[in-house]
Amino acid sequence: MNDESPLLTVDNLSVGFVTKGGIVQAATEISFEIRRGEVLAVVGESGSGKSVTALALMRLHPGNAITTGDVDFDGRDLLNMSDAEMRSVRGSDIAMIFQDPMTAMNPVFTVGSQIVETIRVHDSSVSKQDAWSKTVDLLQLVGVPEPKRRASQYPHEYSGGMRQRAMIAMAIANDPKLLIADEPTTALDVTVQAQVMEVLHEVQAQTGSAMMLITHDLGLVAGSADRVQVMYASRLMETGTINQIFYESQNPYTMALLESIPDVDGLKDRLEPIPGNPPSLLNPPSGCAFRPRCNYAQPICAVDKPVLVSVGVEHESRCLRAHELGADTEALV
Amino acid sequence: MADTQIPPVLDEDVVAPQPGGATTAEVEGLSDKPKSFGRLAWERFLGHRMALVGAAGLLLLIALFWIGPYFSEFSFDERNVRDRKLGPSTEHWFGTDEIGRDLFVRTAQGGRYSLQIGALAALIATGAGTLLGALAGYFGKTVDALVSQLINLTLIVPAIIVLSVFANKWGADALGLALVLAALLWTRIARVVRGVILQIKEQEYIMAARAAGATHKRILARHLLPNVVGAIAVEITLLIGSVIVLESTLSFLGLGVKPPNASLGTLVAQAKGDIDSDPIRVLTPGIFIVLIVLCVNFLGDGLRDALDPRAKVDDGGAGKAAKKAAKAARKDAKKMKSSGTVVVGA
Amino acid sequence: MTVDETFTSGVSLNLAPNEPILTVRDLVKEFPIRAGVFRRQVGAVQAVSGVHLDLYANETLGVVGESGCGKSTLGRSLLRLIEPTSGSVMFGEEDVTTASKSRLRELRRDLQMVFQDPYASLNPRLPIRDIVGEPMVIHGVSKKEARERVGELLKRVGLLPEHGNRYPHEFSGGQRQRIGIARSLALRPKVIVLDEPVSALDVSIQAQVLNLLDEIQEEYQLSFIFIAHDLSVVRHTSDRVAVMYLGRIAEVADKDTLYGRPAHPYTQSLLSAVPVADPKRERSRQRIILQGDVPSPANPPSGCRFHPRCPVAKDKCTTEVPELRVIGEGHQVSCHFPLEAGETLLQRVQQLGRTPVMSTVK
Repeated sequence: MNDESPLLTVDNLSVGFVTKGGIVQAATEISFEIRRGEVLAVVGESGSGKSVTALALMRLHPGNAITTGDVDFDGRDLLNMSDAEMRSVRGSDIAMIFQDPMTAMNPVFTVGSQIVETIRVHDSSVSKQDAWSKTVDLLQLVGVPEPKRRASQYPHEYSGGMRQRAMIAMAIANDPKLLIADEPTTALDVTVQAQVMEVLHEVQAQTGSAMMLITHDLGLVAGSADRVQVMYASRLMETGTINQIFYESQNPYTMALLESIPDVDGLKDRLEPIPGNPPSLLNPPSGCAFRPRCNYAQPICAVDKPVLVSVGVEHESRCLRAHELGADTEALV
Repeated sequence: MADTQIPPVLDEDVVAPQPGGATTAEVEGLSDKPKSFGRLAWERFLGHRMALVGAAGLLLLIALFWIGPYFSEFSFDERNVRDRKLGPSTEHWFGTDEIGRDLFVRTAQGGRYSLQIGALAALIATGAGTLLGALAGYFGKTVDALVSQLINLTLIVPAIIVLSVFANKWGADALGLALVLAALLWTRIARVVRGVILQIKEQEYIMAARAAGATHKRILARHLLPNVVGAIAVEITLLIGSVIVLESTLSFLGLGVKPPNASLGTLVAQAKGDIDSDPIRVLTPGIFIVLIVLCVNFLGDGLRDALDPRAKVDDGGAGKAAKKAAKAARKDAKKMKSSGTVVVGA
Repeated sequence: MTVDETFTSGVSLNLAPNEPILTVRDLVKEFPIRAGVFRRQVGAVQAVSGVHLDLYANETLGVVGESGCGKSTLGRSLLRLIEPTSGSVMFGEEDVTTASKSRLRELRRDLQMVFQDPYASLNPRLPIRDIVGEPMVIHGVSKKEARERVGELLKRVGLLPEHGNRYPHEFSGGQRQRIGIARSLALRPKVIVLDEPVSALDVSIQAQVLNLLDEIQEEYQLSFIFIAHDLSVVRHTSDRVAVMYLGRIAEVADKDTLYGRPAHPYTQSLLSAVPVADPKRERSRQRIILQGDVPSPANPPSGCRFHPRCPVAKDKCTTEVPELRVIGEGHQVSCHFPLEAGETLLQRVQQLGRTPVMSTVK
């Protein structure tokens, strides 16, 4: 594989869950790619399908999930490989960082032994001593003080921020090509969040891995992403570079989302809320899923399902009026 | 007014094709007088198939045990030495025992006894358990420590030894036996109630009720106990089952009901010697024990669901539709899998 | 709207202009640490330790801080939903902390609360009309009248009167929060403590609720204590802001002063840690990364509680507890060496000849 080809190509990925009330379509026809070394942020509210998509890439969904589509990771077909092959990919080529490090670590083993385990599971030729010294190095790298002593402590002896650092150390133990960070700082305080994001960026810069950053926090995205994907009601709404999304958005949902959040620098007098609620995934609205809450909606929006259309270099938007939205948006309401 | 900025939001706004229309339709559909919780629970109960089966089964058993004997010409201790160990016939519907007593009448009498003991012991255990569990959970601290120690103490007592001692003394009397059984079984309810109360009292709606000025009494009666009822309903039915099985065990061991009275347990015990030649005599009372316990458990499941406000009224239909959809989806997925692009339940 | 007699306040307030409606002095809340079979007390956590605050009529006082700073405990102590250990909370001329049980019940007409979790704060077994009507029924309003008022309240918070017949689980998080707000308004209170009222909601819903709060504040002449961890939300909603750290007030000032020229090193580093949803601004910020986590309140540091994490702490800070003192009009700070107006933390760090840990994010 040369460096030009994308690291991960997702084509037409859909995930549905079979529930008592019917099939919940949690991710619908998702197509995107992640390039080597880049940070792709996936933004959306709860139920938008952002975590579901990530878990589908890792094939970590429960038995009632129905996954369709194609996922190509560095020339390998993730959805059709055997379970054994998939296990060798997880934790080595693709590693995941979860929101709650307390539940993501086993409470009855020391932090160090869990990282050693991660290393030796994927490369049994590494001796225990070597794996241990690598573990200490990793903990040092992610900024855990006194890594030698801390390595032999249990997860509950770590604070929330330290635990998330240890989680990052575990994730990068096998030099993954792709890090999937699912709301990595949501459970943390804002000063600790700043520390952890710092560590994530350092680590990513050092290892050269790509990162898929899943978050609802547009502030985090603004500070760390190269490209952004906005999701709503199980679909991709807009994809573009960081500047395209924040300054040249051509999607009503993205624009409304940016308008609705308060700013710590006090630049907004009044917040423009998005009216209504996100739609039910069991029984989605006809036409465009955002239409009932959209300022720009027209009668056609209730009939035609919009597709992702190109609105610029690397910039796509799912809106029937996407091309009109670039110019004078005020006039369109 | 803000209503212009924030239109009334309804789930239907986003679900239905025409938000305005759906909202009014929804409003018209609602009657002025809302359905009370009891009525909703009743409707949910009626929509619960297993619960209805359990309730119907239980009613049938009660009818059989209480009314059935009137249709038989025998009484429960009437011996007829010539007709010993008969098989079922039009005269003796369930046959006769080793001293010629009619087994249908005796089974009915045993069933009555078992049901009575079960209900009585479960009621006493539930009352005591709920009271102690609620006090421990709500007031915590010393009360909780005392109740918890009492529970632990009861749990480590070797039940069968205590039972054999006390049941031997009072076991002949139904109330005495029920009390002994309840003294051993109250802990389960107490633990469940304590746990639920502990969890609920930390909920913000309890805090909200206090912020509104509600008294302890109001909080307990209106906010805590109604939320415990569902859990208790299930426990009661499980308890009735346990009591009946325990009582049968005791009677089987000769510690419970005294002759000439019968319980389902003594009937099994009396017949056990002839299990090879005459298995029906063991099976009949045994089957009734199983039937009672099953019906009661079904009923409990239904009660729990009926008392859960989050459950849908018409669950059966939705569930069926979902199952159908799921089946179709799996089929589709399988089809696609053969073309190599799909993972089911990855 | 007509104000029924029943809804006049439980306490008559004759406030002089510029006199606070709520005055909090030296408020302390200790939680015992218990251990063993008999739950003997083996220590205590001071979740709130000596808090001073003033709340003025019709204003919103924001209270921000990280987890464990005691802001929620403070909010609940104010209404005596948990009993404060010592200190006073004066509502007008009356001390809430010493009021008798029946008097407290009266006082709660005026002091209300909106909770964080819209799923846990509504009893799942009661229809909405009973939930919103409960405070009125408790305070002796007839059922018929309560029902009418519930309809009005539901309408006011953006729902339909007919929604009163439904149960909480039929509503989304944002709608439930509206119901919680309607309940808090039922007795026509004067003060509402809002405990993280939007933090459990999706971003697109938060703004709806924040705007609703703005409107009812004006309409019902309410004073808010707005407790939150999100500094952007607090800036948007508050007139004045108090920053808490480990049970104490670090700094209080009007919004523009606090966000514009924060004097406490903690306030400044907290503000710089908040990410801004604007790539250009976000990437051009100079951000000092605070080291370490918030210490446990069970074992707080000596002297200034912030000193172990403070990049500009001096010897004095490790031994002497800084008092909350006035450094400008309406601006109070508890720091021995507050930052001057316009002085940045970075400048102070460099002036002391130390090397700051800066963010290296592009």
